[in-house]
Amino acid sequence: MLLDMIEIRGLTKRYGHQTVVDDLSFTVEPGHVTGFLGPNGAGKSTTMKMILGLAAPTSGSVTVGGRRYSGLPVPLTEVGALLDAGAVHGSRKAYDHLLALAVSNGLPKRRVGEVLARTGLEGVAGKRTCGFSLGMRQRLGIAATLLGDPRVLIFDEPVNGLDPEGIRWIRDFMRSLAREGRAVLVSSHLMSEMALTADHLVVIGKGRLIADTGMTAFMRSRGEGTVLVRAAEPAVFSRHLTAAGATVRDGLEASIVVSGMASAEIGKLAAYHGVALAELTPQQPSLEDAFMDLTEDSVEFQGAGA
Amino acid sequence: MTTIADTPKAAFHRTHRAEWIKLRSLRSTWYTLAGLFVAGLAVSALSMTSSANGYAGLSAAERLAWDPAGLSLVPYIIAQLIIGVLGTLVVTSEYATGLIQTSLAATPRRHRLLAAKAVLVAGVAVIAGEALMFASFFFGQAVLAAHDVPSAGLGDPGVFAAVAGGGLYLAAIALLATGLSVVLRSTAGALTTLVAVIFLAPALSATFPSWTRGLFDYWPTQGGAAVMATVPDPDFPHPWLNFGGMCLGVAALLAVAFVLFRRRDV
Ligand SMILES: Nc1ncnc2c1ncn2[C@@H]1O[C@H](COP(=O)(O)OP(=O)(O)OP(=O)(O)O)[C@@H](O)[C@H]1O
Ligand SMILES: [Mg+2]
Repeated sequence: MLLDMIEIRGLTKRYGHQTVVDDLSFTVEPGHVTGFLGPNGAGKSTTMKMILGLAAPTSGSVTVGGRRYSGLPVPLTEVGALLDAGAVHGSRKAYDHLLALAVSNGLPKRRVGEVLARTGLEGVAGKRTCGFSLGMRQRLGIAATLLGDPRVLIFDEPVNGLDPEGIRWIRDFMRSLAREGRAVLVSSHLMSEMALTADHLVVIGKGRLIADTGMTAFMRSRGEGTVLVRAAEPAVFSRHLTAAGATVRDGLEASIVVSGMASAEIGKLAAYHGVALAELTPQQPSLEDAFMDLTEDSVEFQGAGA
Repeated sequence: MTTIADTPKAAFHRTHRAEWIKLRSLRSTWYTLAGLFVAGLAVSALSMTSSANGYAGLSAAERLAWDPAGLSLVPYIIAQLIIGVLGTLVVTSEYATGLIQTSLAATPRRHRLLAAKAVLVAGVAVIAGEALMFASFFFGQAVLAAHDVPSAGLGDPGVFAAVAGGGLYLAAIALLATGLSVVLRSTAGALTTLVAVIFLAPALSATFPSWTRGLFDYWPTQGGAAVMATVPDPDFPHPWLNFGGMCLGVAALLAVAFVLFRRRDV
């Protein structure tokens, strides 16, 4: 099992004076979708390039299954990576694009047909890719990653620019790859998207590791939520809530926002006092807020440290 | 998964075949090759007709230096630019589209990828170059014969070597373009430099300092192209040495290209 991991140890990349990836360490484990999050310019793509041997680390190491990527004899059977779906030659047919990749790794021709089928592209296999929509191009890129049936998959912002249906397709696809026991690393700057796709989170800011945590742990840690309540007589019910130890403030349109008490308790309290509730809605702080808090801290930390 | 016998030779073969699939699956490849023959033979038709018409006005000394084979190979001048485009696109089209990342992820042994590209360019260019030079030779001699002007046969002294040398010369220029493309990583940059090397520098050579003269003995379009003459040129008594020098220059450029290709981030 451990042979299918990506291990990153003390990875650092400097371009001139700019440190783009800074002493980064984390692992990507099989059977999980690991969400790789960070604001623009955080160093996600650069890290992925270093995993694939496309950029040389200034220091530190990155291995796939214990080996450096450049030492893999038949890389497509171990790692499938999609960094940029636009990186195809527009006047080449989809089939030929995949065939060249398959042949370069000694994979049988039939794999091309198989991955085209799995990504729903059979119908356009003979078409030149310049006519492809963004969604089709993403699928073609994903098809290429699957050619060698690899145990490790890497996707750089695969849902960027896709419509809701395309986003959903990619999300389900990532999940199914992880269910098959593969290690999946997928980058994004959208926390909300990752919440639906990833079960592990690696968050970076300015090239530094900010968080490396399970998705559930992250959700729990981002603080308790509030509950939105609508009652026939909000002022009266508010007094009851305060008396029971909750904190109450007024919300929009005669609603009240309760914190420090779970919705089940609020329901019980209402029943006890015979208050009819028109609405009782738990509210989580937005994921994006939690993400911004995290990365903002890193920026401040960086500023103070420099 | 399939297991693969991974001798370096088998690995190179895989990469080379993949590069061939990439090259043959682009229409631009075939348009470029078609353009090579159309332009080459068109220049041949024009230049041979004018040479044939001019023959009557030549002096006795000039008639002694009459080189019907060499004249029919003159289209190499335009052909070298077109074949240079082919040698360029194999590399720069991947940088322009970003496909180079995908290629290197599939073949992380960078020297193997570049070697496969270079071998492919050399192979295609030598076949296309020889085909064009022989076609141009036969076509040119037919034009001369039709004008009742002395023409050459392939069996005449030095003729076969000159025609075949023309094809090799074109292959060397294609590799020169490939080397420039790896170093410069852009189609425009590589082709501009190629034009400067094969057209501009020879045209301006007279204005260059005298110590550069030696260099032009091995320069494309200059000494390097002397193999295509069948009448001895007093400037280049051993034309194959001049051509060999040019090939060494191309090899040196390719060596630089290999080092840069291995070292640079993509
Ligand atoms: N080749 C390069 N030379 C110089 N600087 C670079 C190079 N590549 C990336 N950078 C810089 O490194 C930083 C990180 O870039 P990177 O593309 O890795 O970020 P990212 O997290 O992928 O961002 P995004 O979410 O916008 O894709 C950026 O500031 C970028 O300008
Ligand atoms: Mg990026």
